[in-house]
Amino acid sequence: MGTTASQLRKDLLSEYQELTFLTKQEIILAHKRFSELLSKEDRNIPTPRVPMEKVLSLPELKSNPFRKRICHVFSTSDMKDGSLTFEDFLDLLSAFSDSATLEIKSHYAFRIFDFDDDGTLDGGDLEKLVNCLTGETDDTRLTTEEMRQLISNILEESDIDKDGTVNLSEFQHVISRSPDFVSSFKIVL
Amino acid sequence: MERDSVFHNDRLGAPRNPLLDQLPSYQSLLYRRKPSASGSNKRRGSSRTRLGSSSSGKWGQTTLARQHEEKHRTQTLQRPVRELSKPMAEKRRDKDQRLEQAKDLSSWSQWRQSTRRTLRRLKEDGFEMLSNLELWRGDIHVIEGMFGTGILSYFSFLRFLVLLNFIMFLLMFGFVMLPIITAPHASGNTTFNHVDGNTCSNYPKGLPCLFQILKGFLEQTYLFYGYYKVETIHFPKFTYNLPLAYLLVTIAYLFLSLIWIVKRSATGFKRKLVQDEDRFQSFCNKIFAGWDFCIVNDSAARLKRSSLLYELKTDLEEERIKQKIADRTRKEKCRIYVIRLILNLFVIAVLAACFYSIYIATNFSQKAQMTKVNFILDLIYEYLPSIVITLANFITPLIFSLIIQFEDYSPAFEIRFTLMRCVFMRLTSICVLLVSLWGQITSCQEGNCVCGYNHILYPCWESRVGQEMYKLMIFDFIIIGAVTVFVEFPRKLIVDYCDCGLAKWWGQQEFAIPQNVLEIVYGQTICWIGTFYCPLLPAICTIKYFIIFYIKKVTLVNNCRPATRPFRASSSNFFFLAVLLIGLALACVPVTIGIAQISCSQACGPFVNYTTSWEVLPRTVSQLPAGARTFLLAISSEAFAVSLFVITWYGFRPMISLLSTDGRDKRFLIQKLCQAQRTCAIISTGAGSQSLSSDRVSPSYRSNSGVFLVQPPPDSATHV
Repeated sequence: MGTTASQLRKDLLSEYQELTFLTKQEIILAHKRFSELLSKEDRNIPTPRVPMEKVLSLPELKSNPFRKRICHVFSTSDMKDGSLTFEDFLDLLSAFSDSATLEIKSHYAFRIFDFDDDGTLDGGDLEKLVNCLTGETDDTRLTTEEMRQLISNILEESDIDKDGTVNLSEFQHVISRSPDFVSSFKIVL
Repeated sequence: MERDSVFHNDRLGAPRNPLLDQLPSYQSLLYRRKPSASGSNKRRGSSRTRLGSSSSGKWGQTTLARQHEEKHRTQTLQRPVRELSKPMAEKRRDKDQRLEQAKDLSSWSQWRQSTRRTLRRLKEDGFEMLSNLELWRGDIHVIEGMFGTGILSYFSFLRFLVLLNFIMFLLMFGFVMLPIITAPHASGNTTFNHVDGNTCSNYPKGLPCLFQILKGFLEQTYLFYGYYKVETIHFPKFTYNLPLAYLLVTIAYLFLSLIWIVKRSATGFKRKLVQDEDRFQSFCNKIFAGWDFCIVNDSAARLKRSSLLYELKTDLEEERIKQKIADRTRKEKCRIYVIRLILNLFVIAVLAACFYSIYIATNFSQKAQMTKVNFILDLIYEYLPSIVITLANFITPLIFSLIIQFEDYSPAFEIRFTLMRCVFMRLTSICVLLVSLWGQITSCQEGNCVCGYNHILYPCWESRVGQEMYKLMIFDFIIIGAVTVFVEFPRKLIVDYCDCGLAKWWGQQEFAIPQNVLEIVYGQTICWIGTFYCPLLPAICTIKYFIIFYIKKVTLVNNCRPATRPFRASSSNFFFLAVLLIGLALACVPVTIGIAQISCSQACGPFVNYTTSWEVLPRTVSQLPAGARTFLLAISSEAFAVSLFVITWYGFRPMISLLSTDGRDKRFLIQKLCQAQRTCAIISTGAGSQSLSSDRVSPSYRSNSGVFLVQPPPDSATHV
């Protein structure tokens, strides 16, 4: 975080303003919320990391079915444990902010939906995605037949080269024509 | 399939298709984005663009790699650092690198860049300050977190209407009332209209008016048209022509509403075009953009999930139904069409019956207001038209939703069609009221009216019309409040505490967005029509919508659950503004007829000396000096063209660009295909090896010089 005090340094603040889509007020609020997540000992190290469980306790992420994927995507930890530094947290908020460009949002959305991290959305990713959306219990899932019909519809609409998967370009193309994406892909503290 | 030979992997390992990125429609989307002001335009590369394509030695590959690298480089350079999708540490490194390179530039470009950066920072700070002043930001944020973006759009629509009405009130107040109020203080001298003793201008004073709030104040207050008997106000420096101002403000507020709504709906219109009847890409939209990331409430998340599940199941079901419809035999089709015809005739009959009852009620009410019986009965007679309209608007949607089930449309079309019928019913009922009112006003005992209107019964008919509009508005407001208090809250109590069959059957209240939107559009249409006759109506409307926001918020939070069939945010915005535009168009008709056609009263109001209100304009123009007159005449013929142009510019620009990009896309792809085929012919004749069958043409990509088709190497295992 660059400071042990509870205030953010002014030069850091303006640097963050330039590197993210957040406004000054939003960065200060993010700093405050992030500090609340830190334990007492962590507050004194220069770049503390908040473990994933603590991040998931934020109300904005608590009810989100993609919360674990979001943490993994934005985490820069070498151990791939989903922990976030303050800068990762700012990156997260920036990508989900109101003023972020469509390209950034669709890029990160692709990575969030790519459950197996292989760079494409295949049938397995799509099935996990739909199950996240509808619910995890048995009576809230689609039947196998409906799932098959749905996945084939999605691939028909988005898979242009007919290879059975959706890659980043195809995804961004589909998203650019999706009217709801920009308004729904938004997290504001 | 050898994906490596067609796609390049970028740093993240996600393959990209260069051809898709080069489609004209996608490019224009990128450029049309709101630019966060550019940084630098340098030639030197950044560290990011190392591409890890391990080519197998084909010369086309390496050329492409280099060209792809260059393209990425130029793309990266033109964009500000924050638009790169990298972690913060890398963005910081990029920024430092750019600053380093900036030091090599001349001091002029350095200065230019730094000023650009400061200006951008200032602009963003300014916007941040403005957005803090936004009305109800916190409340809407809470609603969004609990119910998602669909219902949010209703509340931001309500906020838009509050602002619109407030601006209308400011216009009216500033140009009509303020001069009158300040005239005595600013040593102005008002000349009143001559009351020249002929029969038309006889105004019997002292119509008894009890219960002023409900009956609409005395006719002699600022509230109604009749009060503004001023002709001109002579201020020390200039004369203020009040009738002209009154007329121009009316035209101005109608025009302003039109422009504002069109501007607001311009984005929604383009998006709506993409979602046509065939539901192109709607599944992708529902899955990829289906989750509202702003939801913070656990129960809301649960409900959102179940509504998504319901929506998906319904859509899949609808696809099956569409298949079934397509498989219909001719006999079945005939039967369906006959049923639809009969049911549509039934709908028309129902509408006609409603309109007739409104007509009867209006006439009865007008006649009954001449005689006083007792307090309660008087009040009922006064509000009879409003009561009948409200009853009709309550019953007809039930009838419509009942009979649409027999017409056998697809579920989505059913909803839309019922909605259209309800919209028509609501907005036309106001017009029927006005028509019957005018029938009363312009019908005299002797046949042809002496003054152009019935001056005995209606010495000041505009105030009467204003009163009727005012009553409609107040009654509407009372009904909304009463329904919330006496129906919705008890329903919640019953469902919560009583375990009887009634509770289970009735269920918890759903916040039905279409009906709520219709309610407020109805109110706004009344406001537009009534402001000419009742200048303070926008102020009343502003207060009314202000209170309605809180009423609806309270009932939403306490009594409602989200709808099972969700209303998508994108289509909602378009739907709201489309219905509002219909209301505006419908409101312009009575106002125009009232201004231009019907003779204005001779006993009250600013237009006493004119036959129709519109006459003010030509008469003023004829009194202007000759130069101004010719100028005004010149642009008046173009005024229509200009306004049409403005509307076209705002509304159709996105549509035109969208339509043209589809054509451009097709042309681009055809071009590439022809190039590919030509190059392929050259290669195959040159190599002399296998001929190219059409099904082996993989997606082609392009480099600077031409298109390369990728084929598997002659000796590979995939060679057939």
